[in-house]
This record gives sequence, C-alpha cells and structure tokens, in this order.
Amino acid sequence: MANFSPMIALRLAGPVLLAALLGACTRSDAPPANPAQTTDAATVARGEYLVRVGDCASCHTAKGGQPFAGGFPVPTPFGKIYSVNITPDRETGIGNWTEQDFYRAMHTGISADGSHLYPAFPYPWFTKATRADVDAIKAYLDTLAPVHKEDTPNQLPWYLRWRGELAGWNLLYFEKGEYQPDANHSAAWNRGAYLAEGLAHCGACHTPTNALGGSKTSKRYQGGNAGLHWFAPGLGDNLRDGVGNWSAAEIVEYLKTGANAKSATAGPMTEVVMNSTRYFTDADLQAIAVYLKDRPHAADKSAPASKALGADALARGQALYIDNCTACHMPDGRGLAHVFPPLTGSSSIQADQAGTVIHVVLEGARMAAPQSKPTGLAMPGFGWKLDDAQVADVVNYIRHAWGNRASLVDADDVAAVRKNILPEDLPSRDAHTVYADTHARPDLWNRRPNHLAPAQPVVPARQQ
Amino acid sequence: MATTLKPVNVVLVGFGWTASILAERLTASTGLQVLALERGKFRDTVPDFATTHIQDELRYAVRDGLFQEPARDTLTFRNSMDQTALPMRHLGSFLPGVGVGGAGVHWNGQTWRFLPQDFVIRSHTEQRYGKNFIPADMTIQDWGVTYEELEPHYDRFDYLCGISGHAGNIRGQIQAGGNPFEGARQRGYPLPPLKRSHATVLFDKAATDIGLHPFPCPAANTSAPYKNPLGVQMGACTYCGYCEWFGCGNYSKASPQTTILPALRQRKNFAYRTQCDVTRINLDSTGKRATGVTYLDEQGRQFEQPADLVICCAFAQHNVLLLLLSKIGQPYNPVTNTGVVGRNYAYQITSAVDVFLDDIMNPFMGAGALGQGVDEFNGDNFDHGPYGFVGGGYIALWSTGGRPILQHQLPEDAPKWGAGWKKAMAENYLKSASIATHGSVMSYRTSYLDLDPTYHDIYGDPLLRLTFDFHPNEIKMSRFLTDKAALIAQAMQPRSFHARPRTGHYSIVPYQTTHNTGGCAMGADPKTSVVNKYLQCWDVPNVFVMGASVFPQNHGYNPTGTVAALAYWAADAIIDKYLKAPGPLVQV
Repeated sequence: MANFSPMIALRLAGPVLLAALLGACTRSDAPPANPAQTTDAATVARGEYLVRVGDCASCHTAKGGQPFAGGFPVPTPFGKIYSVNITPDRETGIGNWTEQDFYRAMHTGISADGSHLYPAFPYPWFTKATRADVDAIKAYLDTLAPVHKEDTPNQLPWYLRWRGELAGWNLLYFEKGEYQPDANHSAAWNRGAYLAEGLAHCGACHTPTNALGGSKTSKRYQGGNAGLHWFAPGLGDNLRDGVGNWSAAEIVEYLKTGANAKSATAGPMTEVVMNSTRYFTDADLQAIAVYLKDRPHAADKSAPASKALGADALARGQALYIDNCTACHMPDGRGLAHVFPPLTGSSSIQADQAGTVIHVVLEGARMAAPQSKPTGLAMPGFGWKLDDAQVADVVNYIRHAWGNRASLVDADDVAAVRKNILPEDLPSRDAHTVYADTHARPDLWNRRPNHLAPAQPVVPARQQ
Repeated sequence: MATTLKPVNVVLVGFGWTASILAERLTASTGLQVLALERGKFRDTVPDFATTHIQDELRYAVRDGLFQEPARDTLTFRNSMDQTALPMRHLGSFLPGVGVGGAGVHWNGQTWRFLPQDFVIRSHTEQRYGKNFIPADMTIQDWGVTYEELEPHYDRFDYLCGISGHAGNIRGQIQAGGNPFEGARQRGYPLPPLKRSHATVLFDKAATDIGLHPFPCPAANTSAPYKNPLGVQMGACTYCGYCEWFGCGNYSKASPQTTILPALRQRKNFAYRTQCDVTRINLDSTGKRATGVTYLDEQGRQFEQPADLVICCAFAQHNVLLLLLSKIGQPYNPVTNTGVVGRNYAYQITSAVDVFLDDIMNPFMGAGALGQGVDEFNGDNFDHGPYGFVGGGYIALWSTGGRPILQHQLPEDAPKWGAGWKKAMAENYLKSASIATHGSVMSYRTSYLDLDPTYHDIYGDPLLRLTFDFHPNEIKMSRFLTDKAALIAQAMQPRSFHARPRTGHYSIVPYQTTHNTGGCAMGADPKTSVVNKYLQCWDVPNVFVMGASVFPQNHGYNPTGTVAALAYWAADAIIDKYLKAPGPLVQV
C-alpha cells in the first residue's frame, strides 16, 4: 500500500493539466505584516490534535526521514511532486512564516512567497478550518525541532512548472471560505460537518471527481476514486453502497479501530485510521457519525440484476470462492463476527466501482491495528495464484451472491488494477527487525509497508 | 572484535512462546527495556502461513519448511556412553523450530497440565511404593514448585490461547464429561470443546464401554472466535487438518503470533532483532554476574549486547548448550555423578494402535488437538505396585488430519507397494484411525547432554552431545499403555487393528515427538538442579532459564502448557521479587 494522502494528491494532480491549458494567471496579494505570536500549552496540544485530524504527517514525512521534514515523493501521471519541509527551520522549513502566511496557505493554497501550491496539498478542504484552528496547527508545528532539509525539486514537465496555472483550476473547482455553521442543525452535526468537510477531508476520496479532477459537489460522498484504482465507497445513507445500515456507534467504532460488525478497513483506509482517525476524540467521532448519518440518500446506481452475470460465470466464481475464500468469509459470506468481515451487504464490496475489491483480492489487506484493537488481522493476496479472469469471476460472484448487487467487472478491469500494484504493496516478510534504542519516533509507524511491522521504526541493521 | 551495543535492561535469548510471555509480562508492568534476540527470521500469519499456500505437505512436513536446518545447527547423538556420538544430519525424532514464534508456530496445540503428583514425583513415589521402587540409576526429583503454585499460571495460558476443552475438576468438583484425574482448576476452559470427528465419537463410546472416562482433549485450536485478555482476536478453527508442522493460516491455532505479538508490538519498551545467533552469556570477572550476551548476525559479525538480566528462552537443548559454552553452572559428569548442567535429559515414549473400521471417518477433517482421550493410566492415577514401573501416559485418538503423504494407516497384511498397496489405500484411507499413547520418560544417570569432543559448529564451538536411550522402565510402561490402547481399539469393534509398540533402542531417525526436556533441571537442591523454583540460576542470579529444559524428568503429557505456566510463574517472580531485591531468590 502506498500512502493514502499521496494518493489523494495523485488524484488532485490531474487538474494541473487543465490549468496549463487554460493558461490562467492571477497574482495573489502581498503577504501582510507578521503578527505577534503568543501561544500556550493548550493551544499547542490542540494544534497537535488537529495535525492528526488533518493527517499531515503522512505526506510531510519521507520514508525513513525526519517527521514533517517533507521530501515524500508523490507519484502523479505527470511526474513526482515532493512534499515540503514544514518544520520551523528558518532556511528550509516554514520557520519564517507568519501565522498569516500559514493561514493564507491553508485557506487559499498560496504559499508565503505568493506562489500557488499544487492541490496535492488539500487546501480545497483545509479552507474550511477556522483561523483559530489554523493558528493552533501553526503553533504546534512551531514547537517541532527544526530540521534543516532543502525541499526536493518536483519532477514535472516544463509546462506544469509554472504555478500560476493553478489559479485557473482554482477558479473552476476551488471555493474559498471557512465553515459556516448551520443553525438548523445541532452542535454535534455542525462539528461533524466542520471536521469532515474541512481538516479531515473525507470528501477528498469519498466524493466522485470529474474528468479533470474537480469534485462533483452535486454527488458529495457518493464514493470516489482514492488513487491507483482504490475506490472509496459512498458515505451517504444508501443501504447498498453507503453507510445507511451502519449505526452511529458503528461509524465511531470503524473510525476508532478500523473495523466493526459490518466491515473492516483495507488499503488507504487502514492508513487513515492508523494515522488519523484513531486519535480523534469520541465526541468528534460521534459528531462525524451524526453528520454522515444525515447525508442524503444518493440516487440508486441501478446495479444489474444477478442474472446479468450469467449462470456459467456465477458457477465459476462460486467454485473459486469455495476453494479460496470460505475458510474465513464462510460459505454464506457472513464472515466471522468481529473477526473476519462479512461480504454480504458490505458497502465496499458493492461499491460503485470494484477497484478496492480487486485490489484486496490481488494483494491482500491488513486491518488497522490500533492499541484498542491490536490484532491487525490480514488477508493474503491471491494475485500470484489467480489470473485476471479468475479474479474477475470471484469478484463478480461476491458482488452478486447472497443478495449483493453491483456492476460487473472483466479481466481487463483486473489487469488495470494489477498494473498499479507497487512492489511495496505486496506483503513483505523480513523487514521487521526493531531496535530498542530507536523508540523515540513512533510517529513513523505509518511508513511500514502493509502494517506488518511492529509499532516502532527500523534502523538499518548494524549502524550503531 | 565484537561491537558493543547500547545496553538494555533485559535480553531474551530466543523469541518463541516463553520469550513472548516474558516480554509481555515485563513490558506491561515495568518500564524495563526488553530486547528479544531471535536466530531465525520474522514470521507472521500473513504472508508466511497464509491459507493460499500453507497446506503444502511436501514443502512443510516432508521437506521441513519451518524447522531448524541441521546443516546450520545440529547436535551429535549416541545411545550410550561407550559409543562415539555422530552429528544428526537430518531432522527425524524431533523438530525444533526456528524463527519468531519458535516451535509455537508448528505445534499441534495439545495443551495439558501436568498432574499435581507429577511435581512431587520422587517423594510421592517413595511414600506410596517405598524407596526401593525407584531404580538406583533413575535420577528423578521433585520440581521445587507445586501444581497449586502453578495453577493460576496454567489458567493464564488457557485464557491467553482460548483453549477449547471441557474441564474435569473445577475447584475440587468433578465435572461429568471432563478429565476426572486432572488437578483442580479455578474455572472452566474459555471455549467449549472442538466439534468431534466420527473417529473420536467411536473412541469415546468404546472407552466408556470398557469402564474408562474419556474426555475431549484440551486444544489450542479455537472452537469459536475468541478475544483474549490482551485484546488479540482469533478466528475459529476450520478443521483443515494442517496444524502439526504447519503455521495456522486463519488465526485459529494459538501461537505467539496469534495471541501475544500484536499486543507486544504496541509496547514502546519492547524490541526484537532477528537472525541473531547468541553464542555466549558474558560474565563479569567474578563469574557470578552476567553482563549481557554475545551474538553473531547473519553476516558473521559479532556484537556484544549488555543487559542487566539475561533470560534463556531458546529451545530446550539450546539453553543447555548456551550455559555450557558460557561456563555457567558445573557441567554434569555421569561418571562421578556430579555437576548439574546437562543432567536429567529426558524425552517421551510413544506408540500407536491402528484401527480399521467399517464406517467412513473423513480423516481430512481434523485439527491438531482434536482428540478424545483417557487419563486412567497417566502419572500415578493407578496403582503401579503390580506393574513395577514408574510413570504413565494418556491414550488418545487424535483426528489431526488426513494429509495425503504421511497421514494414513494400512492393515499389517497390506502390500507395501504396487497395485495391491493402492487398492489397500483406497479401501482404508477413509475407514481407519489411530490411537496414540503418550508416555512419560524418567531421567537417568546416563541420559544427559554435554559438549561433543569431536564436532564443532560454524563458529568453532563444540556441538551439543546427546546421550540417550530408552530404559526398561519406559519400555515396560509403554507396553502397558499400548495394551490398554488395544483394549479400546477392540471395543471399537473394528474390522481389524494392530499395535505398533515402541521397542528396542531409542532411534533419532523416525519422528516421535519434539518433547525434549531437561539439562537445566529445576529443583530445591543446587547439587541436583541448575535453577531454583523461580527458574533462576543458582550460580548466576541474573540469569533465568525458561522452557522444557528445566523439567527434571518428562511426564505423560505434551509439555507446552507447563512450559508456559512456568514462564508466567517466573515472570511474576522476576517482577514481584527479583526487581525489588536483585539477587538469589532462594537461599540454601
């Protein structure tokens, strides 16, 4: 599994092409004067919490690098965009940034030097955050040890290096503005909306995008591509491919631990839980649940009836299912309560697109392993023993058996996903040696491939 | 020259069951930095034991996929002191594990408690049968710890693993359907027994018919989903029949991986390193205090890992070798009958009765510890007076599986090859079963471990030398058990049955059991034991030794339950006693 936020970034990087075509250019305002900076411990603590809510560390930490010092390469169809150093180093980080500089970046996607940031940085969501929260995040980042590390130049073609182009994309797809509470709803609903629409940027994956990468705001939370063919299922009230049959408590449990009676995390969502949502307060998770439970029912995507699959294909899929899947998911697809997730009635199984299901069948998956649910149960990958047609058969079967309904996939769909599996996605065996004297940096947990690793980072073998 | 590493508080040699238990206890209740050093590689359910490939009998059972490689690490063997020991170049009689989880990965999950009298075998036997009942060369001794002391720790392991079973004695109340001979337990098993195979149902009926008290054998194969006290989740056993010599692919056989490691990974004061061959426990100039260990990595580079406390958690024989090489404790000398390290090596003695029936048994539906057993002939559950031997064992019909290469029985008169063999196999594969006996082996003056004078390992250190043979006491006892098993077989009303008794000298070639014990015997007397009742070395108080190497003799059950209970017991002693006042915990 590559990291989650880079995947969002990959998805967001598409729009720069459009911006280039538009050739739009608007100069931003000059930065205002440096306001006085006073912070207290409570503000810093809140900032740390909000940094986790925003999942900042994932993108701003390179593999094996210093936390928040940037340098993580985000693969895009056009080249690599490297995350920047957000430690308070004055020369290479954001140590010279004022609170206003930082707020402008979060609020409008414009850097301290006035240049546009690529929307790999999710400012279209962060713009919803209040000034006080953004200041708290800056206050926390200011407490980090400065790391002197130059930003890595992006590897982009010449026509995308001029950032002024991004203003054009902003005109089309970016709506600036802090969250405005809705007086018709409860405080919890508003808090949930503030988080989900803002720092937690749920919609970055769970909302469909148009061909140019802009979110289809008319279809908010109806499921979207989370990059590399991972599909984030709908979060609306739908029963089939939403959270309509999840209780608020089940939403909370899922975000807190990575699993509930209805489903379990896989792929990017495992990382979201491990890096971000497991740290949320129960009140904030409850607020998000209240908000999501109130998302409108999406129009039925008219999944084909099971007979569309054909008796032969169904029989092939069922045979493969019995041979390969029943030991954990059971012949009736109900799984094993609170251990192996059910496939029946599952929103991720019946999602609009089958990318996540295909990914999991090909490479396996590992559930989140927070302290509250430490097991990290895993499913092995079948990509080495099932060919594309077989994977398509078994995926079609589980998307149509037991009353499930979803669109059909074929071998080409599977091949497209298979091409996007990176070597580090495959379960590794032996990269798990940990050292007693390297425990100071538990923040790097998320850098371990597939969460196979212990909670502590690795130091190369004998450099001590 | 060795590179000296940053000190830790506790170093664990090995990372199997006992190290996992120690690490979990020590990191949970102390702030100590605990480091485990494992000679093998890291392994986990996925990808290493995944259901996609683990049911490969050729790779894992026939070609020893998960075991110690003798080309890398072995010992020498002889039956008696007048022979020259030769290196074991292929695994056979026993199968030590290698890698994280140790043999706890490839065990069956047969999880027993020793009988209360087992822990006081010498005093109990002398009291009941007189001093002369024990042969002069039999060096059995009381453990120094009692069943009552260990009971809470047996209980912890039962609940850690999610043992499936039916209690026979809860706080002195005998429970119908359980083992009426077992020591009193504080509560029942966490999970109900596994579903029975048809063969175990027939065994149960036959044993009942001849007046015995059969019960479902306690299994570390989960009969239902389970969440243990550490919050670790397990699936339910699917009866796939690939437990013994395989890792479990769906989280339903208890192992360090499926019960402890997920919780341990959350502890910031725990770490482990793999592919580290520990070759010495280092001592200070007084020889009375360990300063850490020396190990070599996979590239042969030498490292010194300082530690305040060294705990030997390797496989039984390796602990003995490490003490001998480190010159901790006086090596045992069988001629003068002095010294302790290497003394009281023991094993187990097994036999079987194959049964051929009319019904279809579906043997491929099995689990490592799916069995029905009787305990009438174990320990001192019966009057040994008329028989003249010490010890006993359980008799059980295990439905561990029906793997195609190694798990089948044929009648004695079946052809050994060709069309006749095929025909017999086709006729009997589904309609046969095997009753096993699992007998104790006492310790003897001439059963011991020492350093081989001839053969060396890749580091130039001498190999461990095993001198062992079955004694008349064991042959007699095993014959007795086999005869009882045959009575049960007969009561199953089979088409035919035949006994496969253990006869002659011990051979290291055919697989029997991996239950090697002793060499670091525990006890109350430093003249006959290496460690005290808390598993602490008499001679070097900051060294503790875990595992079956501390058994003073071997009793009639699989050892893992007792190994684990002793580990919990020792962990408590370290936390509650040793850390408060580092030094000898028992004064003599």
